[in-house]
Amino acid sequence: MIEVQGLTKKYGELEAVRGLTFGVEAGRIWGLLGPNAAGKTTTMRILTGYLPATSGRAVVAGFDVFDKPDDVKRSIGYLPEVVPLYQDMTVESYLAFVAEIKKVPKAKRKAAVARVVGSAGLGDVRRRLIRNVSRGYKQRVGIAQAMIHDPKVLVLDEPTIGLDPAQIREIRELIRSLRGEHTILLSTHILPEVTQVCDGVVIIDHGRLKASGSLAELAASFEKNDGVLLRLRSAGPAEALLFKTVPGVGSSSLEGDEIRVEWPRGRDLRDDVARLALDKGLGLKEMRSVAGIEELYMKIVAGGLEQ
Amino acid sequence: MTNIGSLVKREVRAYFGSPIAYVVITGFLLLVGYFFYSLVSWFNATAMQMAQNPYYAQQININEMVFSPLFHNMTIILVLVAPLLTMRLLAEEKKNGTDELLFTSPLSVGEIVLGKYIAALVMWLIMLGLTAILSIFAFATGNPEIAPWLTGYLGLFLAGALFLAIGLFFSSLTENQIVAAFLTFVTLLLLLVLNWVTSSGGGNWRTVVGYLSFSDHFGQMTQGILDTKDLVYFLTFSFFALFLTHSVIQSRRWR
Repeated sequence: MIEVQGLTKKYGELEAVRGLTFGVEAGRIWGLLGPNAAGKTTTMRILTGYLPATSGRAVVAGFDVFDKPDDVKRSIGYLPEVVPLYQDMTVESYLAFVAEIKKVPKAKRKAAVARVVGSAGLGDVRRRLIRNVSRGYKQRVGIAQAMIHDPKVLVLDEPTIGLDPAQIREIRELIRSLRGEHTILLSTHILPEVTQVCDGVVIIDHGRLKASGSLAELAASFEKNDGVLLRLRSAGPAEALLFKTVPGVGSSSLEGDEIRVEWPRGRDLRDDVARLALDKGLGLKEMRSVAGIEELYMKIVAGGLEQ
Repeated sequence: MTNIGSLVKREVRAYFGSPIAYVVITGFLLLVGYFFYSLVSWFNATAMQMAQNPYYAQQININEMVFSPLFHNMTIILVLVAPLLTMRLLAEEKKNGTDELLFTSPLSVGEIVLGKYIAALVMWLIMLGLTAILSIFAFATGNPEIAPWLTGYLGLFLAGALFLAIGLFFSSLTENQIVAAFLTFVTLLLLLVLNWVTSSGGGNWRTVVGYLSFSDHFGQMTQGILDTKDLVYFLTFSFFALFLTHSVIQSRRWR
């Protein structure tokens, strides 16, 4: 649904995006990750037709971004980093205006506004001026305007930035509910968001592609071992040694107040490790995967690894 | 075309959704009303004296003595008003990031520029329409000629078309509304007083500056003279300003 090949964008001397190549399949949610100034926003602006690329190709919903910009713009919904809101309009009249300029047929505009008001949960504020609604609602209005013409592809630049935890959760739920019908590319700084919402990620740094694929694929290519981190009632060297007795476990060591148990990738020993902790009555509080997105991200971005 | 309609509708609503429209329209009408009143008072007093003398009595002309100076005064007020009407049009979009919505919608840059421009023209038409009410008094109590009055109003409309196009151009250059307004103001004022130098300069220089000068072309129209040369002046320069605006937006995206 989204195909990017050798995309490059130069601002004068500065290369914001350098030879980026990745793809997103239809109906999937992909995250675009990277530190600040990695080129995430520039990439999204090129995909949505806001900026032209210096070289390379991008195809969205079957249309080339450079040859058929209007067709791409019709198939794409975009939430920019700064939500493009007209503060003096009411939520409803703003959405009606966006429906007009996105070429929703006149007969369907009312229904389109009602649909996005419903799915973005804007029923309570639809007659209020945008300037008077909270930050969370503004963000939702932004998502609603991106969906108004029922686009095949949604591009969301930091959809949860600046929201409180409850609002973040609501927006994530909303995005997750769109999986299947829409193909979504979203950028974020918040790594847990990726695990909760995304099917796969593209990691870029300094405008270059560092890695792309599903989380499992990334883990497979960057980590020799699989493993878990355990939080117990009390953890000491004795407890750490205990987990070495589980057949297949390669290493078990104390890491702060947690125990890190690792084994060669390819097997899943989670059940066995958990069973031992329960059988021995160690007071298991928490068990999580070591190959989480945060560790991967740190390895790839800070460690300078590449796929 | 429907796109331009949507943009115009939104923009005109934005004018009336903020205090700008009310403040500018009220101030404009107040000034025009005052000028009209004082010109009519002066006309009455002068006409009374001139009527004593049969030779001068023939020269009493309400068009020349009231409407022509009134229209000139209105262009001076327009120099102040046009920057206020145009300053936010593109500058505010850029500042608020709403340009990102417009440019990622299936709209052409030309449609966006025209939508903004027509909205400002609509405001100018509303203001002109309201001042026309004053003329009803003159027509009810005196007997002005209709032709110079009509060409005068056509001239005012075209002056607005030119000034607003120039204002839109400066609004495309910056995110700062004050900067846009001030640059527009300076340019319009220069345009208005350009004919001052023609009295001192000579030769080709005088011809060129004379052609560029706003006042000479506008003056013709307030006297009831409808010359293609003047129409061409207003239309080409308005078009040129819009073309520059279009180019500025295009080039910014390609930079």
